[in-house]
Amino acid sequence: MIRAALSLILLSTAAAAQPVSGVAESCVACHGPRGAGSGSVPPLAGRDASELAAAMAAFRANERPATIMNRIARGYTEAETAAVAAYFAGLR
Amino acid sequence: MTFSVSRRALLGAALGAPPLARAQGAARLLVIGGGFGGATAASYARREHPWLDVTLVEQRTRYITCPYANRVLAGDLSLADITHEYDGLRARGVRVIHDRAIHHDPVARRVRLGGGEVLSYDRLILSPGIALRYDALDGYDEAAAERMPHAWIAADGAQLSLLRRQLEAMPDGGVVGVVIPANPYRCPPGPYERISLIAGYLSRHKPRSKILALDAKDAFSKQSLFQDAWRALYPGMIEWVSAANDGRVVRVDPGAMELETEFGTRHRVDVANVIPPQSAAAIATDAGLADGTGWVPVNSQTLESRTAPGVHVVGDAMFPGPMPKSGFLANSEAKAAVAAAAALLRGEAPPASVFVNTCYSHVGPDYAISVANIFRAAAGSQSFVEVPGSGGTSPRGDLPEQRRLEALYADGWYASITRDMFG
Repeated sequence: MIRAALSLILLSTAAAAQPVSGVAESCVACHGPRGAGSGSVPPLAGRDASELAAAMAAFRANERPATIMNRIARGYTEAETAAVAAYFAGLR
Repeated sequence: MTFSVSRRALLGAALGAPPLARAQGAARLLVIGGGFGGATAASYARREHPWLDVTLVEQRTRYITCPYANRVLAGDLSLADITHEYDGLRARGVRVIHDRAIHHDPVARRVRLGGGEVLSYDRLILSPGIALRYDALDGYDEAAAERMPHAWIAADGAQLSLLRRQLEAMPDGGVVGVVIPANPYRCPPGPYERISLIAGYLSRHKPRSKILALDAKDAFSKQSLFQDAWRALYPGMIEWVSAANDGRVVRVDPGAMELETEFGTRHRVDVANVIPPQSAAAIATDAGLADGTGWVPVNSQTLESRTAPGVHVVGDAMFPGPMPKSGFLANSEAKAAVAAAAALLRGEAPPASVFVNTCYSHVGPDYAISVANIFRAAAGSQSFVEVPGSGGTSPRGDLPEQRRLEALYADGWYASITRDMFG
């Protein structure tokens, strides 16, 4: 419940912000076309938006085991990751 | 073949019209160069903006990637594993012309091809890659490269095959010399990945051999991670000589197989991989887009040339500010350039973009290291800035699981980005 509410807040922040091009476009360089996954790199498509946004927040805060996503997550704002999470959640 | 035909039919149907039967008067986006920047730009222009008339000019009918070429040198992969074709772009409705762009007039917005055709454009995305500066290293020219391969522009793969054959032919106990240029050059960690993977090959097949790396720099990308790996995996095999220790090579002698440094030391080697200084490719420098550095300065929001508005320059030819010349960044820049070009063609403000780099280097079996960077345009669009606190290299230490996962992720990245470019 809290998670869902949080993701709504983040989404509304994202909608209000100046749209930034290239965030989802950079994810697919490793995570496969349309975020479908590639080899050992896990898929993003169809995953729950709040789960994805929470994972990125945890990577950003170094609160989740990571090989590389902790370093990458810190390059994006919360609004950007929320918007991208919603985008991949909507793909099947 | 069947697959590509049916895929083309499907895509044609999805777009509502055969790809080549578009309305006259559609905005013309020309893309020069079919590598990480250009193939990505052509593909994304058609996917995101199907109203654009997209033409890609690329000399070669097949593209061999520089990423993963070092694994071909080590014998882990074949050239076929890193060779890609342009059928997927054609299926998206890109007109692909296999010819060389030999003259560009940015004022008239026209490009002439070697075969005589003249192409007019409304916007150009120029991703021509690098040229080797044969004037910059005494004794090194195209003939010398047949004896001392650079293997730094993949082209038709001949340079990679030559260096591979030389490594195979070298007797055990031989010395492989690697000449490394000053910054900036294509793929900053590339020479050190190459050294690592050649060392892997030698340690398996010719364990008494050595690698002598002569560098025009005193420090390099992911240095401590590479040097940790060299000590752990290939002890005693690699000698890296910094510029401060007379590592800068100023002259080569392909007849004598000698590499001569700034202070006159002559190193005789059995195989020489000479990576010379570089500039933007000729089509960019000839049209006057490059500045005194040999690279093309751009507006960091739109990636347009500072001297030729309407010409977006991406990939290794671009003067990158702090951004390294990597395939990942060329792919990222291409997507930004498409977004900017499409917006400007529609009379809209170009969006802000983020530029991302994730660069893996294999150093041994199940062992890879990485660097990540996220950049944005600085205020005023004159330069790029790295997002504070973001990115960075893999952690140091005895971390076999980290190294193993990064090797797997590197393979996933390669498969993903090549499908992103050519799919």
